[in-house]
Amino acid sequence: MKIVVVDYGMGNLRSVAKAIEKVASASASVLISSSAADIQAADRVVVPGQGAMHDCMHEFLSRGLREAVFAAAQSKPFLGICVGMQMLFDHSEEGDTPGLGFIPGQVRRFADGMAGQDGARLKVPHMGWNEVNPVLPHPLWQGIEPGARFYFVHSYYCQPTDSAATAATTDYGLRFTSAVAQANIFAVQFHPEKSATAGLQLLSNFVSWQP
Amino acid sequence: MLAKRIIPCLDVTAGRVVKGVNFLELRDAGDPVEIARRYDEQGADELTFLDITASSDARDIMLHIVEQVANQVFIPLTVGGGVRSVADVRRLLNAGADKVSMNSAAVYNPELVAEASGKVGNQCIVVAIDAKRIAPGKWGVFTHGGRKLTELDAIEWAQRVEKLGAGEILLTSMDRDGTKIGFDLALVRAVSDAVNIPVIASGGVGNLQHLADGVIEGRADAVLAASIFHYGEHTVREAKEYMRSHGVEVRL
Repeated sequence: MKIVVVDYGMGNLRSVAKAIEKVASASASVLISSSAADIQAADRVVVPGQGAMHDCMHEFLSRGLREAVFAAAQSKPFLGICVGMQMLFDHSEEGDTPGLGFIPGQVRRFADGMAGQDGARLKVPHMGWNEVNPVLPHPLWQGIEPGARFYFVHSYYCQPTDSAATAATTDYGLRFTSAVAQANIFAVQFHPEKSATAGLQLLSNFVSWQP
Repeated sequence: MLAKRIIPCLDVTAGRVVKGVNFLELRDAGDPVEIARRYDEQGADELTFLDITASSDARDIMLHIVEQVANQVFIPLTVGGGVRSVADVRRLLNAGADKVSMNSAAVYNPELVAEASGKVGNQCIVVAIDAKRIAPGKWGVFTHGGRKLTELDAIEWAQRVEKLGAGEILLTSMDRDGTKIGFDLALVRAVSDAVNIPVIASGGVGNLQHLADGVIEGRADAVLAASIFHYGEHTVREAKEYMRSHGVEVRL
């Protein structure tokens, strides 16, 4: 099995690749690549992403990855992580940036000055371990307790037009979509590669997922 | 609800973890990779590595340590010490760091914070502030491992680095570092209330109550400690259980 982690110059690709290697079988190969041919030949595709949405989209498009990733998103198990999730949407408020439009919806910024249930001020970025509550059954949640904590670090969140795409929610000042599922696409706002046991479980589920 | 983070800190020199008292008198605490793995098993929320020598040789040793840790430990890693350029930031991120901390370089070249966060995103840039009380309710910023006093006020500097693009502040009280008498809670609260980005409290932890105080009274988003974990006084899990029993939301 060939798993490609798409390299477009943004994000901690090495950590993502190492975490997948840790959970994949010995016969699987994990390749960090920016080649459209590698993405076409892959059995599974992971699109990580960190940094500003505008820079991510720019790097992504300038490497000519749109078509190959679009084809992968329609045909094979596909995992988006953090900005790799946000890029799947129509548009982000961050730098007024158009996304890839695979999933209808918007990416919005957390408001400054939000307060939690206890009245404490909520800071932005949303940084740390927060609870992820699955709202639909999905093979990627196998072995993960509802409310399990994953590591987040982001200032923007996805808002799908159709709430049926929401696979999990998380509360931070408001209830936001922390995972989406649409056919063979699964995407998460948190970082499974940095989320200890729960994160490795999710990656392991992805590696064996047959949509 | 977002959990408050507990972050063991590993000060590294010549490939070993060490711990000093008031930034002086170093004592050996072991192998960084082994210690990182142990804290991960105990449920640490993140790990911070500070290269306290940061000569050019030490930099390569540090990169190698970060690579080894990142291959085995799947929680966020922050690395700092001697970071002077965007190229330094990139090298550490490529080695497997998730966040890079800068201190003296940010003070002498604030543009570096803006430039680095513009390139790699503000979530990757931590500004470390070493603060020392110079008058009641007033703290000065020190650089060079606490040897040089600057003209900066710690609270104003924290607000400035937030505007420049820092994603987080690692705030160390130099009066308390290594003393084990607890955080400078007035300092932690003053900075935490002054900015809208997360603040990690550091310096002075001697028992578990101090950690809880940092969050409850200091209003820190995360607490950092070294010696209470390094010398086996407490595990990270014990710290979390203690904090939970005092009403603090933690990941257990």
